[in-house]
This record gives sequence, C-alpha cells and structure tokens, in this order.
Amino acid sequence: MRKKTDIRKKPSASTKINKVSFLGRANATISQHFQQFVNSFFELWKTPFATLMTILVLGVALSLPTIFHVTYKNVERISGQWDSASEISLFLKKDIPQERVQVLINKLGLYKEIETVTYISSHQALQEFKELSGFSKALDHLDKNPLPSVLVVVPTKSAMNTVGTKFLVAKLEREQDIDLVRVDLDWIEKLQAIFYLIVDVVVGIATLLLLSVLLIVSNTIRLNILNQRDEIEVMKLVGATNSFIQLPYIYIGAWYGFLGGVIAWLFSLILIFWLESGVDNLTGLYQTKFEIISLSFNGALVLFATSALLGVIASLISVKQYLVKIEPS
Amino acid sequence: MILFEQVSKVYSDQHVALDKVDFHLKKGEMAFLTGPSGAGKSTLLKLISLMDRPTSGRIVLNGNNISNLKGNDIPYLRRHIGMIFQDHRLLMNRTVLENVGLPLLIEGYNRHEIKRRSLAALAKVGLNGKENSFPIHLSGGEQQRVGIARAIINHPPLLIADEPTGNLDPKLSLEILNLFESLNKLGISVLIATHDLGLVAKMRYRTLTLREGNMINDGLLRKRNA
Repeated sequence: MRKKTDIRKKPSASTKINKVSFLGRANATISQHFQQFVNSFFELWKTPFATLMTILVLGVALSLPTIFHVTYKNVERISGQWDSASEISLFLKKDIPQERVQVLINKLGLYKEIETVTYISSHQALQEFKELSGFSKALDHLDKNPLPSVLVVVPTKSAMNTVGTKFLVAKLEREQDIDLVRVDLDWIEKLQAIFYLIVDVVVGIATLLLLSVLLIVSNTIRLNILNQRDEIEVMKLVGATNSFIQLPYIYIGAWYGFLGGVIAWLFSLILIFWLESGVDNLTGLYQTKFEIISLSFNGALVLFATSALLGVIASLISVKQYLVKIEPS
Repeated sequence: MILFEQVSKVYSDQHVALDKVDFHLKKGEMAFLTGPSGAGKSTLLKLISLMDRPTSGRIVLNGNNISNLKGNDIPYLRRHIGMIFQDHRLLMNRTVLENVGLPLLIEGYNRHEIKRRSLAALAKVGLNGKENSFPIHLSGGEQQRVGIARAIINHPPLLIADEPTGNLDPKLSLEILNLFESLNKLGISVLIATHDLGLVAKMRYRTLTLREGNMINDGLLRKRNA
C-alpha cells in the first residue's frame, strides 16, 4: 500500500516539480473531457467517406427498430380504438313484460362496469333488420316478430379490456331475463394474439439489429486502435494511463452511435411522410380518419441516448479487448 | 536512484538477456551503458521503464522496489522517468509543441501551463521557434532534441536514453551528449545506452559494460577501448 502511495504521489527527486492542486486537476479534467468530446467529433471527419458509410450503416440498423417502435405505437392506437368501440348485446327472453325490462335496465345502470344501456325493442329491431337486409317484403309475411328485444351495453373504460369484458359477460349471463349475451371477443383475442406474436418477432429482430450496431461500432473502434498502435505505445511510454488513452475512443463510439441515431430518426420521419398519403387513402375508403404519429420528442431523445450508449458500450468492448493489451515494445 | 540487485532476465525461449546484474546509479550521476548488440543494454533499460519485468532479482528506483509493481502503477512510475529513444518515438501528426507537452497533458495540467513549460523545454534544447512545426519537417538531430524536451518537461529525476545518437552524425551526436551533460549538471541522473565507444571515451563518464547479459566492467572507459 505504501509502495502505491509512493509511486503515485511522490512527485520526484527534483525540487522543480509543481504539484497540481485538486481544483486545478478537476478543472483540467473537465476541460480535457470537453476537448476530447469536441476533438473526437472532428477526428471522425478526417476520413469522411468511411465515417459517412459507417454512420449510414448504423442509421439503417437503428432505423428498423425505430420504425418497428413507431409502427407498434400506431397499431396500439388502432387496437385501442377497436377496444373502445366494443359493445355487448343482451338478447332478452321473449314475452317479458315491459315493466321487468325497465327493472333490468335500471339494475344494469347500477353496474359499475357499465357506462350506458340502450334498449332496442323487438319491433325496432325488426324495422332495422328490414332496412338493412332488403327483405322487407318477405318479412311482412311473417305472422309473428321472431326477433327478441335487445339491450346494448357499453362497458366503462376500465372494463373495456379482454379480462374486464369477460368478467362482465359472466355477470350478465347470470341475469334470468337475459337469454343470450353476445360479444365479439373472439376475434379481438385472436387479433391481439397475432399482434403480440408480431411484437415478439419484432423485439427479436430489433435485438439482433442492436447487436449488429454494437458489432459495427466495436469493429470500427478496433480498427482505429490498431491503426494508432504506435501513438498508443508512445502515450503509454510517457505515462498515460489506460483510462486517459481510451477516452477519445469512447467519445468516438458515442458520436458514431449518436449520429447513427439521428440518421435512424430521419429515416423514420421520411418513411412516415412517405406512408401518410397511402394511409389517408385507405382510411378514406372506410370513411374514418387516422393520422400516423411519428417518434415523440422524448422518444427521439431516448433513441439518441440509447444509440450513443450503445456506441460507448461497443467502444468499451474494443478498448478492453485491444487497447489495454497494447504495451510499448 | 537506480539499484539493481542480482537482476536476471530470461526470455521464454530460454535466452538469458541479463544474468545476475548488480549496479547502483546514484542520484545526480551520469553513466553510459555499453556493449555489443545483444549484450542486454536495451533489456536493462526496459526493466527500468517497466516495459519488461525481471525474472529474478530486485530493482529499486528512487527508493521504490519496482520489481513487482502492479500494472496500474506503471504509468505513474513512468512519469518520473524521462525516456529517449533512437527512433525518437514522436507523434508525427502532432506539432512539436503538442509532442513536448504530452506528458503534462497526461498529468492534467492546463493548456496555458503546458504551453509555457513546453516552450521553456524547447528553449532548453535549443529549438526556439520550432514549436509549431511537425516532426516530419525537422532533421534527425532536431527530432532527437524534441524527444529530449519531451523527456525533461516534467522534471524527472532520471533520464534513460537508448542509443540516442544511433541515427546521428558524429557532430550532432556530440551535441546531443553535451545536452545530456548539461541536464545532468541540473541534478538529473542520466543513463545512456550506446555502442559508440569513441563518443563514450570522449565524454569520460562512468561506463557500465555488458556482454552476453553479464556486467563485465564498471568504471571509466579507458582510451584503448575506444
């Protein structure tokens, strides 16, 4: 321990050594970091073509997870709209007196899972069916109205999910005046299952692409280190620590990642711009309107920070693998 | 300043580069290390600068036993040794000023202090006005002076030089050795490895002679050897 203290702190036998104060050292460290941060950016552009190619490759690799994320957010919004449109149809038993129907409506109105209850009498139902089916004349020949009265129930927002709706359906099925409870849960469940499967596939692909970003940056930094082997040796000879020498490489890695992230963000914006008119046309055919959302400000910041962090991690991998092993000969 | 006690270095191919070498270089002393190629001169300097480790024996530098120094402490030790090489080992993509100031940059000095002390070091080796040049534009002698300026900028107590005049003509070689002499007069211990016995004889300093890894002579070089 004493040995370590001696070597690190004992200035030298010379009386001319000026010790650097703590404040001066901290100041110099901050200034050194700032200088390295700026210098590493300009260092990138000493080989502009190679740098541009690397950044574009990173941009493409990062743009796919970004676009997947944007797509996921948009699909989530669409499926959210489907959820909010879900209704439950309650087919009532035949020949129930109107008073009991009213009692049932009042009772359902007290359910905390139910937002609204709309009554459609058997007569109204038949009229609607006549209009929609085009069999109006044939239906006129029926002796008796075959359709039951229906209560259309809209669940509250909190109950508007698969589990909540299932629970509500089970509750409604216990009502003795209700003959049949009908809700189109099956197709929503199937759609959600497909959606989650796609999400899993996308997460898998995105992970592979992020891994490729790590490998690209790591390999680029490795080549930089090997190209600058002589310089690294000289720096070690004059007393540079590994952490001092690795600093510019880490900043270069961060720059690669950050710039790749910016390119990915631009790619995603261009793609959304490209798709917007197509989506407008499609939703126009369904007489609805859907606006694609792009990456939010916070989302973009997360993208830049994540990609820069990936760059730093990739640099650290190369630095630990190659730089620390270089020793002056 | 430097104490070697029974220091041996055997490489993995069983080649014995140094065999139980003993010597002591006192503080403020200047000495030459001579011997034919392969005698072990460079190995000895590498052991001092911890570019290599001894197989056995003890090396004490400035009061610290460095034989088993931990890897993390090596950079701090090197800051107390000025090293000069035959091939100068300058960074060709940096200016003379940046090359000379590199040890101070590493130690965390501010830019103003680095510039002030780099210019002073360059003045000491007679390179006024060359601070903004790139090493590639300098002569061999000038490049060696830049190397010396870099070695002395943080006032190390010890300078070690491996064939510092190897690539220079006799006149320039003498100038460089005179420069070492003047630095030694400032109190810096100096150990110079060279095979130029003529030059060593002219300087008349203590001479350590190695042959096949053994220290065969320690004293003034007699003229007949030159």
